[in-house]
Amino acid sequence: MEPRLVIQLVLCVVAGWLVTGVAGLVWLRRTRAVAHGLFPAGALLGLLLTGLGIAALGGPAPAQTVVLPVGLPGLPVHLRLDALSAYFIAVLGMVSTGVSAFSAGYFRHGEGTPPGLLCFGYHVCVASLALVLLADDAYSFLVAWEALTISAAFLVMSNDRIADIRGAAFLYFLISHVGALALLLSFGLMQGGSGDYTFAAMRAQHLAPFGASVAFVLALVGFGAKAGLFPLHVWLPDAHPAAPSPVSALMSGFVLKAGLYGMLRTVFDLLHLQIAWWGVLMLALGLFTALSGVVFSAIQSDMKRLLAYSSIDNIGLMFVSLGLAVLFRAFGMNGLAALALTALLYQIASHAAFKSLLFVGTGAVLHATGERNLGRLGGLIHRMPWTAWTVLAAVLACSGLPPLSGFVSEWLLLQSFLFTPGLPDSFLNMAIPLIAALIALVAALAGYTMVKFFGIVFLGQPREASLAHARDAGAWERAGFVWFVAVTLLLGLLPVQIVGALTPAVRQLAGADLRAALAAGGWLLLAPTGIDRASYLPALFLAFLVGCCTLAFVLVRRVYHGRLRRAAPWACGHPFVNARMQDTAEGFGQPIREIFAPFFRIERHLPSPFDAQPTYRVVVTDRTWTWLYAPLARGVTRAGALVARLYAARIAVCLTYSFFTLIVLLVLVRR
Amino acid sequence: MITLSGVLSQGLEILVALAAAPLLSGWVAICRARLQGRRGPDLWQPYRTLHKLFSKESVVALQASPLARVAPYAMWGAMTLACAIVPTLSTDLPLSPAADAIALVGLFALARVTISLAAMDTGTAFGTLGARREMLVGFLAEPALLMVLFCASLITQSTGLTRIVATLSHGPLAIYPSLAFAGIAFAMVSLAENARLPVDNPATHLELTMIHEALVLEYSGRHLGLIEWASSLKLFAYSCIGLALFVPWGIAEAGNPLALLLAVPVLFVKLLAGGALLALVETLNAKMRLFRVPEFLASAYLLAVIGMLVHFLPGA
Repeated sequence: MEPRLVIQLVLCVVAGWLVTGVAGLVWLRRTRAVAHGLFPAGALLGLLLTGLGIAALGGPAPAQTVVLPVGLPGLPVHLRLDALSAYFIAVLGMVSTGVSAFSAGYFRHGEGTPPGLLCFGYHVCVASLALVLLADDAYSFLVAWEALTISAAFLVMSNDRIADIRGAAFLYFLISHVGALALLLSFGLMQGGSGDYTFAAMRAQHLAPFGASVAFVLALVGFGAKAGLFPLHVWLPDAHPAAPSPVSALMSGFVLKAGLYGMLRTVFDLLHLQIAWWGVLMLALGLFTALSGVVFSAIQSDMKRLLAYSSIDNIGLMFVSLGLAVLFRAFGMNGLAALALTALLYQIASHAAFKSLLFVGTGAVLHATGERNLGRLGGLIHRMPWTAWTVLAAVLACSGLPPLSGFVSEWLLLQSFLFTPGLPDSFLNMAIPLIAALIALVAALAGYTMVKFFGIVFLGQPREASLAHARDAGAWERAGFVWFVAVTLLLGLLPVQIVGALTPAVRQLAGADLRAALAAGGWLLLAPTGIDRASYLPALFLAFLVGCCTLAFVLVRRVYHGRLRRAAPWACGHPFVNARMQDTAEGFGQPIREIFAPFFRIERHLPSPFDAQPTYRVVVTDRTWTWLYAPLARGVTRAGALVARLYAARIAVCLTYSFFTLIVLLVLVRR
Repeated sequence: MITLSGVLSQGLEILVALAAAPLLSGWVAICRARLQGRRGPDLWQPYRTLHKLFSKESVVALQASPLARVAPYAMWGAMTLACAIVPTLSTDLPLSPAADAIALVGLFALARVTISLAAMDTGTAFGTLGARREMLVGFLAEPALLMVLFCASLITQSTGLTRIVATLSHGPLAIYPSLAFAGIAFAMVSLAENARLPVDNPATHLELTMIHEALVLEYSGRHLGLIEWASSLKLFAYSCIGLALFVPWGIAEAGNPLALLLAVPVLFVKLLAGGALLALVETLNAKMRLFRVPEFLASAYLLAVIGMLVHFLPGA
């Protein structure tokens, strides 16, 4: 293949997306044309991008670069496609294909913002994501990064008449900008005084450990804000319910991972220096993020908020893998760093598929019922079988159950923890099994959350009469579901091929890969650390399970019979069963609320026995607000008041300020 | 490598598990009754119960979806697979590379999630209550079980179950301090996971205390039969994991048909002793309040973690 062909094609896809977006602006209010013309075109471009990403990942070319003479004079845009970018490009293509296909059916009514404007925002968002992945200098990276933030903020704000939604978008905007500021400073440190802001120049720098550490912490703030790392995660549970569902799917499925891409790029490529405490910091923050995410997720009663917290949990686990990889690399254990990075990259693809599916599934439910509150849903598996059964696959994957995709990444991560006894630091050796134990707890709690989510939304009896008229998703939406289910199944059942495809990216980052160990296992048996140590063969696992079920099904009918009768369920002697006898979302979360009480700030209002109309009210809030953000906001207000007092002075006083400033400046310049 | 003897020992192991699992449940019931001064049921009672249930017609709730009808089969299949990959008779198992210790824990979780979702499917008070309690027990028991298996993995440098057993049974007769902690934790987890006293009472039908029975309350006929059989298989699998980790002697190796034949009676003797011990534990303990269960399981979890930490102590 002609060198640089793939990156040119990727740029064509980006241009295509931008053209699609602009076409949306032209057909601002023509819902049909936008939905059935532009979004499917975007989906096809996404499919093409997936193929290009996979081709670039498997191709022999080391890295393809292009310099575009656009932008400010003397500052051309440098673009580069290496294995790491190629992998993320493939995942981006995968997410955008499914989400665009779903959107083609979703934006049929045009709620709030005209559909053309949403189409524009959406395509600018995906195009800027692709440019973030391709950027090879700090300028173009930050321009693409800002375009991403702004377009995503506009998408979140699509229903801007509601004050809560405006608030959520503002919070997202604010935290993203604090993050972008940190990134700006971090790039400034990484160029090391050379004044050359291309990534190639940063790779050539050799920073002292102190400078590199400051740059690392700034990058962690900047990229962590985008990814939703504790304590910068507070925007996420507000922004996801506010945004239209396809936008939430895109944000959870890929925008959060842009932060992880940035971390990988910074730590392994630009700084090309790993210090052990960086890994420990990321491990600790990631673990706390994961634990608080899953605990909050279990007690939510809004389905999109529940999923948003579940995304925080997954992002936390990804930072744990990243921290572990950095730790291994710092001690020169490249093979193990490769294992942890494989777990990370696997988790990124797997989470992108199943979480996008979960979010678009909630979109279908929202359209069919107009309800986001779990307390008013239920029994939708009968009315919406397509949505329910495809979402079930995502629920099982999100619970980390074999043989679906979530389990593979969890398995790889736990495997890399089992090898840590080789670390040369005895304190870390003792601490790391504790982390593995907490990860097992987080994974099990994710199962609890997902049972709650699926059980309350889709199973049982409808909690409202209006749910009887819910209609299943249309053909376009189903296409999106089926695409994500297929990806989840492929990722779950063919781990050897996927891990094999990841090796160029892993080798680029860790300097080692798992190819030799993979070859020993054959084409289905995943044994990344040697067959004697650990192995997993999901295809056989599934085949045996299905075989057993079929055999039992056939034998029971052959030997006995298959008679079945339908009857009303038993209601403890009550004459009828009604929907209010089922557990509510609050009831299902109650044990978690009790066990993990220190995590929450709970305000509870209990009815007295004499109330004519008893009401029960409980408000659970994140302690991060009271402990961190409220004092911060007070501090900012106070500082603002102080500055305001300076401004409020008469003109003579203002002139005095100028005079003193002048004197100070003169003193400084003389030195 | 898949060999003929491997296929044979694998087949024998599955058949023995399917046939002997109800027997183990029956044996525990007899021991319990005798210890409580009752005569108790016949040893073959579980088989008669299964026959009766399979002969009856199944009654399914009006609003139940296909999920409720698939779940018993899925649970039975998952438990059969669990019994197939735990080395009970031989360490020469062709299915064993398909799933290691982590996948075994995942398999138990899969069964639990499936049956909990099925319980929520009927939309009754009991179903959702049972599902919630089952998941509550599960989310604490699952990491504890994983940590127990990790203790063994750290000693044997492998998560493959056959490899763990082969290494443990061949090593010098040493007492591993980490396995001692893991053993206590494993006993506690097994009680909880198999719905045994003091966590749950398998003989109860009192609404406020039950977990497993609430979960399967709406099932009848062949579906209930499969669930009961799967519960026996689960008890069998847990007993065999315990035996394989803590008393790994007498399990046959590759290419030794004589040892395979000998392994069957050895397994039965071990299971008889284990079942009697379980009955004793159940008789000596009272059912604890549901709110105490998280504490009970959290201590199991901490014990297993302490076991892992002990492994890293210098000199241990």
